[in-house]
This record gives sequence, C-alpha cells and structure tokens, in this order.
Amino acid sequence: MSAVNAAPPRPGFATELASAVRAFPTLLRIGVAEVVAYRAEFLVWILTTNMPLVMLALWHAVAADGPVGRFDQAQFTAYYLGVLVVRLATSNWMAWQMSMEIRDGTLSAKLLRPIHPLYAFAADHLSAIPMRILVVSPIVAAMIATSWDRLARHDPSLVVVLLASLVGAWLLTFFSMVILGSVAFYVDSAMGVFELWIGLHGLFSGYLIPLEVLEGWLGGWVGKLAAVLPFRFMLAFPVETLVGLLSPAEALRQLAAQWLYVALTGVLAVRVWRAGVRRFAAFGG
Amino acid sequence: MEPSVEVGSGPPSSYATVTSLAPRRYACRFTAAMIEVRNLSKSYRVHKRAPGIAAALRSVLRRRYETVKAVDDLSFQIAEGERVGFLGPNGAGKTTTLKVLAGLLHPTSGDVRVGSYVPHARDSRFLKMITLVMGQKQQLLWDLPPSDTYAMNRAIYDVPRAQADETVRTLTELLEIGDLIGKPARQLSLGERMKCELVAALLHRPRVLFLDEPTIGLDVSMQAKMRDFIRDYNERFGAAVLLTSHYMDDVAALCPRVVVIDRGHLIYDGDLRELVRRVRPDKHVTIRLSKPVDRADLDRLGKVVSADAAQAVLSVPGAQASAVVRDALATLPIVDLTIEEAPLEEVMRELFQARVRAQPATDVPGDTQARA
Repeated sequence: MSAVNAAPPRPGFATELASAVRAFPTLLRIGVAEVVAYRAEFLVWILTTNMPLVMLALWHAVAADGPVGRFDQAQFTAYYLGVLVVRLATSNWMAWQMSMEIRDGTLSAKLLRPIHPLYAFAADHLSAIPMRILVVSPIVAAMIATSWDRLARHDPSLVVVLLASLVGAWLLTFFSMVILGSVAFYVDSAMGVFELWIGLHGLFSGYLIPLEVLEGWLGGWVGKLAAVLPFRFMLAFPVETLVGLLSPAEALRQLAAQWLYVALTGVLAVRVWRAGVRRFAAFGG
Repeated sequence: MEPSVEVGSGPPSSYATVTSLAPRRYACRFTAAMIEVRNLSKSYRVHKRAPGIAAALRSVLRRRYETVKAVDDLSFQIAEGERVGFLGPNGAGKTTTLKVLAGLLHPTSGDVRVGSYVPHARDSRFLKMITLVMGQKQQLLWDLPPSDTYAMNRAIYDVPRAQADETVRTLTELLEIGDLIGKPARQLSLGERMKCELVAALLHRPRVLFLDEPTIGLDVSMQAKMRDFIRDYNERFGAAVLLTSHYMDDVAALCPRVVVIDRGHLIYDGDLRELVRRVRPDKHVTIRLSKPVDRADLDRLGKVVSADAAQAVLSVPGAQASAVVRDALATLPIVDLTIEEAPLEEVMRELFQARVRAQPATDVPGDTQARA
C-alpha cells in the first residue's frame, strides 16, 4: 500500500518473552483470585482426582498375598500417593478450555491482547498451583509418614532430577493439551479425541497401574509401547523418581528423553496453534 | 465545496478510486491514513445440511460444505482521528470486516493495514494501538471486579502504573462508575458492565477504536452517555473510530462519515447528511396549527403525510423547503413549525430496499460531485 510506511521489524522472541515475564506476576495474582472465586468447583475437581486412592486400595489387597514384582504393599502406598502429588502438581485442563473458547469464539479476547495466548493459558493454569499445594500438603505429610525411607532424598542428584522432571511433566502436559485443544480449530467437536486421550493416558502414564507391573502384559508389547509413548514422562517418570524406583543413571537417561519430548511437543504445539489460528473463524466472539 | 461522495454499483475498481473516496472535508481535517482496506475479501466454509434426522445421518457419511463470501472486494480508508459509521443490514459483513481489521481473522484475499501493521500478523505493537469492543461479548473477568481486569490489562499492555491509574480515574469519572469497579462483574447491570468494559478497552489509550454495537441493550440515557464518552475520547486522544450500530442515533450523533456495505460490497462511502439527502431528498415539515384548515390548503404546499385539526406533516422536496415554509407562514394559522430530514432508520431501510447500489453514481439524485 502506497500511503503507509512499512511496519518496523517485529519484536524478537526474547523481547516478547520479557514482556510476558513482566506481566506474569499480575497474571498469576489474577489467576489465583479466579481460582479462589471458583473454590467450590475447584474442590469438586480435586475430589474427582481420587482414582489413585481407589487403585491403591485394590493393589493393596492384591499385594497382601505377596509382592507384585518389586511392589509390596508399602511400595504401592508410596507409588499411589506419589501419583496423587505429581498429578495435582502437573495436570491441567487446557484442552477443554481451549476447545470451548475456540468453539464459542471467546478465544478472541485472548487473541486481541498483546501477549501470546499460550502465555495467558499457562498463567491461568500455573496460578492454580498454590491452591493445589494446599491440597497436596496432607498427602505429602502422609507420604513422609508412610514412605520416608523410600523417597528420593538420599541422593542429591535424584532430587535435582525430580525437580526437573516435575517441570518437564508440567510442560509436556501443557504442550500436549495445546495440541489436543487445537483440534477444535479443525473439527466441530474435539471431545472424542479428548476421551481417547484420557483412556491412553490412564493406561500408559502409570496413573491407574504402575508401568513396571504392566510390563509383561500382552507378551511385553504394552510395556514396550509405554516406554516409548510420551505419557510415562507426564506422570510415571517423576513418580518413580520420587519414590526411589529409579537409579540416578536411569533417572538421568529418562530425564533426557522427557525433555526431548518437551522440545518436540513444544515445537509441534506452536506450529499446530499457528496453523489453527489461521483457520479461527471467531464465530460468536 | 460540497464533500464528494459516491453511490456506485459495486466496489471501486481501483485503489486510486478508493483513495479518492475520502471526502475532501476529511482530507483537509485528517492528514494520515490510519486504516487502509484494499480489495478485502473474506470467505467462510460452512457445513450445510437439511433439517431432520435423515439429513443428519446422511451428513455423517457425506458432508456438504458451502463457501459463504462474507466480505467481497471491499476497499476504504480512514484517517487518523476520524469517526466513521460502518453500516449495513444483518449479515452484510460488518463484524467480519472489524474482526479482520482487529487481526482476529485472516483475509481470504486483499490487503489490510492499520497504522503500518498487517493486522492478522498480530504484532504486539499493533495490538497495543487498537481496541475492539463488541457489545455482545464481554472481556471483563466474570467473577472478579473490573478493577482486577484493569490491573491485568495494565500488566499485559505494559502501561506505566501512574498512567494507568490516571486513565482509570479519568475514564471512571467520565462514565460515573467510580463505585462500581470494586464489585464482581457478574453483579453489574448490563449498562454498568458495558461502561466498565469500555474503560478496560481504553486503558492502554488505543489510537484505533473498533466499536461493534457498543450501546446494544442500553437504555436511551445510557446510550447518550456512551456516545458523549466516545466522542470525548476521540477528541482527547485523536483516535480513529470505526463504529457499527443498529441504533442510528449512535451513528447520527458520532459519525460525520459513513461506510455502507451490503452483502460484503461497498455501496456508499461519504458524508452521512449527503447520504440522507440522496436517498430521501424530501424533508418533513411539521406544522402545529392554532385552528383547523382546509385540506386543499395543505395539498397546495406539498404531499400530506398526516393531518388533523391541530397538526399536519408535509413531505416536500428539500430544495423547495424554504419556499414552502414561507408560503405556509404567510397563509396558515401556525403556532409552531419544524423542518426535519427523514430519520436515518428510514433512510437505511430505503437504501437497502431500493438497491441504490444498482444505480450508477451519476444517476443518483443530488448535487454532489461524482468522482472519477
């Protein structure tokens, strides 16, 4: 167009990230205020995450007759309490939120702000962590009381790997949710895909059954599949590190694999998001 | 010199024509183009099926899609500080155009610039210079007070705290909502929420305002306040305003210029009064009488729209209005007399019904200067 000057060069990724980082404390504060406003809904959600306790009761009964592999009753207790802690710390419901916002057009509000919507989504979900810590505290206390000797506290390198694995699990879950949520850019209803995801996640992440127990199923194929799919890095890997099921060398190897998945899903999430936004019709919003 | 306007049979054929669409009055007042739209088209692919269970089942196996052209080869430009009404019937493509201008939608073809930015690239600097207010959608955080939304916007738009505080103070005073911004948004009335919404949208002092039905659902006095507020903001900050509204009073009060589209095509771009004069050249002369008069005395003056013992409404050609008034004052027992142009609602209805767009510009009645 002749009558206007060319736009100045677009700010780089670092500039936009710095701008987002400056806004983050306020976004987190607002997010916490929203979580508190939805406290009833939040508590109901917490109650729906009690499946590991049900599984603990089942496996506890099974292990009464003797250990299942390395898992005796105490190990099952440590494992499923670990699952609860890691799940509460790293899970998020982005895909549902994204899908809803894409369908009803409310994503427009996020797209109009000068901060990448994925940062805004991330802030939304990170801001739930303080409330989750409150919920997790009694579980952590129970873990300490029942499984103190089993926890990864003796080896500092395992503690570092554990912390890195928790960050990695959060990011991997977040990026996976972005990819899943972006399905709503392409299809009218993405709920079927989410249901499939929940099923696969339940089986291959170690949420329902410890992957070590699963290893021999179907001639070992389930175990082999679980080892290469990303789900284990969202849950089983941090849990196994936490409850001392992994050696430092094995934990480090798995950490590298987890962060490789983080990088891959991160790149894929950004690409799928960008392609999806081009298709966004902003109906209703 | 009369401002130049155009009523044509379709979109302008070249960019040179588009540039010349800006009436001269505006070319003098406003120096730089803030918004430029050239040959914009936007299509949607829409799933289509007949009603009923059989059609629903068939659509599982075989989907039929239809491409709907919401905006078709649309061109116009808006200068810095200008207030422009963007009019058209439902489904004309107004909201789609606004969403393209705000960067929410990617155009199917054509070029759009706002400032020096391509909107759909969604450069953060572009997003900091615009705002899109949609009367039917809210951006306030539903369960939190508007003050929290303002705090969030301050952080996201990177507005210095002192400036943000001052802007909130000024805007809340102008809109008289100082005591509302501490209440959760869900507890506010529609009008209160809309005013709080506007403060959130303007906190970063945007230079371009896209307003889509900003007064929808508001009562008359609230609408008037909102109009005053928008005009005041425009004058204070020199912001360009593109407004869509089904309330013609909004447009009449705020927008000296209108861009009219129908089924995605530009059908008029120019002075609002000129549009009224072209589409409804007649004026309404309302006469209040001190005593009844013969119908023949009224018929002699012009077309009688209505008449009773105390009042008569005549429709007369605009050019003859003053002569008719002189005649009426001399011959009738008049208590009061008013001359009005046709209401804008009627003008718009007539414009779309009569398909004025089908007429060549030079055929449109009126004394305006048709452009090359």
